Amino acid sequence: MEQFPILLHKDHKPIRYLVVDDSVFARKNVAKMVESFGGEIVGEAGDGCTAITEYDRTSPDVVLMDITMPQMEGIEAAERIVRAHPEARIVMVSSVGYQENIVAALQKGARHFVQKPVKAEILYEVIKYVMGDDAVAATPTALGS
Amino acid sequence: MRMELIQPFINAADAVLAETLQSRTRIGDVTMEEEAYRRKGVASLVTIKGDIEGRIIFDIDAPTATKVATYLAGTTVPVSEEVAQETVCELANMVIGSAITALNDRGFHFKVAPPVAHGESLGEKSSEDQEALVMCFDTDSGNVFMNIAMRYSRRRRNDPKPG
Repeated sequence: MEQFPILLHKDHKPIRYLVVDDSVFARKNVAKMVESFGGEIVGEAGDGCTAITEYDRTSPDVVLMDITMPQMEGIEAAERIVRAHPEARIVMVSSVGYQENIVAALQKGARHFVQKPVKAEILYEVIKYVMGDDAVAATPTALGS
Repeated sequence: MRMELIQPFINAADAVLAETLQSRTRIGDVTMEEEAYRRKGVASLVTIKGDIEGRIIFDIDAPTATKVATYLAGTTVPVSEEVAQETVCELANMVIGSAITALNDRGFHFKVAPPVAHGESLGEKSSEDQEALVMCFDTDSGNVFMNIAMRYSRRRRNDPKPG
């Protein structure tokens, strides 16, 4: 996997992620990518309802949320999380990337959209963008010094 | 055969397999299936309803599914029927998602049901207005079969085709 500068919270702690996807593989894959960026997985969920509970429990910096899931879809879960936590940074991650879907997600409070199969370099840039000034990128050498 | 409806699925499968497996793919045998569909390994079925209707079956043998699963998860995964089934469903999910994104951008609207395990050994026979095309994608991890039968819905058939 390509190496990226470590992306940390501005307080130099790892960025904390909640990964939501009904596919175990998709969760593992995304988790591996964000860990390679220096992130920490604080929770996982396989449906929208669990995502809401896990958000309340873990208060992550970033949520990576699939759209098509059983019980409650990702867009509805995103809307509910943002209603309760307006500061929530939710990135939708879905194989369905047509305009209406993206617009619906953004209107419900998602900050960005990444299409599957997820490319690490795209996910990295999107996370950097949604974290804004709350994140710093640093090489491992710079961190050591 | 409605190639304008099928081509986006071929393009999507080609792109998703190449991206996921990090290797070149080659479209091998392409056949029209006149008899009932015969399952080859672990299969997943996706049904589409709307301006376009039909179904797509993804089919992979278990050893190939395990190899694909390793790429999907980014790490080695244990061999099991459950892993193989989840692999083929996730692969179907990505291919269909990509294809319907392209079709939606061309003005088609429809609903896609999430992929479900297809356990039947035999599927429905294709019909005169919904022929099934079976294609084999040769990858470094093994063969991935896609069986696709698609047609315009009744209300859409007389409309001018979107560009």
